[in-house]
Amino acid sequence: MENAAVRCEGLGKQYGSTWALSDCTLEIPAGSITALVGPNGAGKTTLLHLVIGLMRPTKGSVAVLGQSPSAKAAELLPRLGFVAQDHPLYRNLTVTETLELGRRLNPGWDAAYARERVARLGLDGRRKVGKLSGGQQAQVALTLALAKRPQLLVLDEPVASLDPLARREFLNAVLEAVAEGDVTVILSSHIVSELERVCDHMVALIQSHTRLAGPIDEILASHRVLIGPRTGATGVARVHDVIRESHTERQTTLLVRANGHVYDTCWQQHEVDLEEVVLAYMGYAPGGAMPLPEPEAVA
Amino acid sequence: MIAFHLDNRSGVPAYMQLVHQVRQAIRLGTLRPGDQLPTVKEVVATLTINPNTVLHAYRQLDMEGLAEGRRGVGTFVAAMPDTPPPDGLDRLRSSLARWVASARDRGLDDEAMTGLFTEAVRASAGSREVA
Repeated sequence: MENAAVRCEGLGKQYGSTWALSDCTLEIPAGSITALVGPNGAGKTTLLHLVIGLMRPTKGSVAVLGQSPSAKAAELLPRLGFVAQDHPLYRNLTVTETLELGRRLNPGWDAAYARERVARLGLDGRRKVGKLSGGQQAQVALTLALAKRPQLLVLDEPVASLDPLARREFLNAVLEAVAEGDVTVILSSHIVSELERVCDHMVALIQSHTRLAGPIDEILASHRVLIGPRTGATGVARVHDVIRESHTERQTTLLVRANGHVYDTCWQQHEVDLEEVVLAYMGYAPGGAMPLPEPEAVA
Repeated sequence: MIAFHLDNRSGVPAYMQLVHQVRQAIRLGTLRPGDQLPTVKEVVATLTINPNTVLHAYRQLDMEGLAEGRRGVGTFVAAMPDTPPPDGLDRLRSSLARWVASARDRGLDDEAMTGLFTEAVRASAGSREVA
């Protein structure tokens, strides 16, 4: 039994002279819901396309459900569900025709499940997909992906274009599918805050490198903000990884990845949320930028 | 049956909030031994949270002996939570009240006292881990 749904080793993809993804090594545990976060242009879509076999890596390797997506596409594709950015559908087909297309194209199609989902969404099967709201179109695209009964569901920016209610309904549908069966989910987003509850793992891609990866609980527990008298970070940096530092005349503020407890009582400690951690890795410092930490500084 | 609620700003992990709410409901008598807890699917659908978070909370309650999972049926309240003996609690409360009074005499305000208290709790958690 393979317990990593996706395993990348030294994965890289080059377009012309530009590396869209470099030296990406990571594991996505089976059964997890993993958030792939990072600013626009960081390489998220490239990584997802490599995972589902839409393109081949320039360097390194990727294994999905234990197999290579480009070499074993025929075996692997029925086990993968993919919803592309802006959930493209054939706008002139009706909902029923769209499901029929899904049935004909996919060997493992669960027609009863697809019908039941569409009925539960209250969608009229005779309506043209192009006439549905954005949220309904997203739900139809998700139905197409889920009715394949995939083992891995890959969602590229699934909620970016949806209003808050449609987001919640979409995420609920994904979570319900996870609660019902054995499916691993990878979803990319540049909005971190709303994923904190939905996802249990996170991978942060920044400037085509993996800067941070792991269980969200561990990431939250190990990162904190330290505020103390202006001393410089040298003492703390001997034990802990300083991700971000900023200074005023009298005070130093650090965001650290702590290795165990911070005992030095001159530091006031504060918890951080996921968004602040990701921003710190992106090099955002309140009141001024600092250079990005070297990739080796993070696991 | 109880309905869970999550406070996004509390800083307490989501699974811990669920554990607290079950414990509290048992203490207040809203939940009694034998009562069923909401299914994982129900909690996921109402709160839009990761199913593993709910499973984590239910495992924690199981470990504490407060709930038990029955395969294919659901999770049920098993027992009453241990509360410290009332006389011990009263003594702790009155010694804390004396501490608060003396801190106030020395001019500490509410925020300063809370800060000191939090620091002491954290320091003791730290030293316990070292030992």
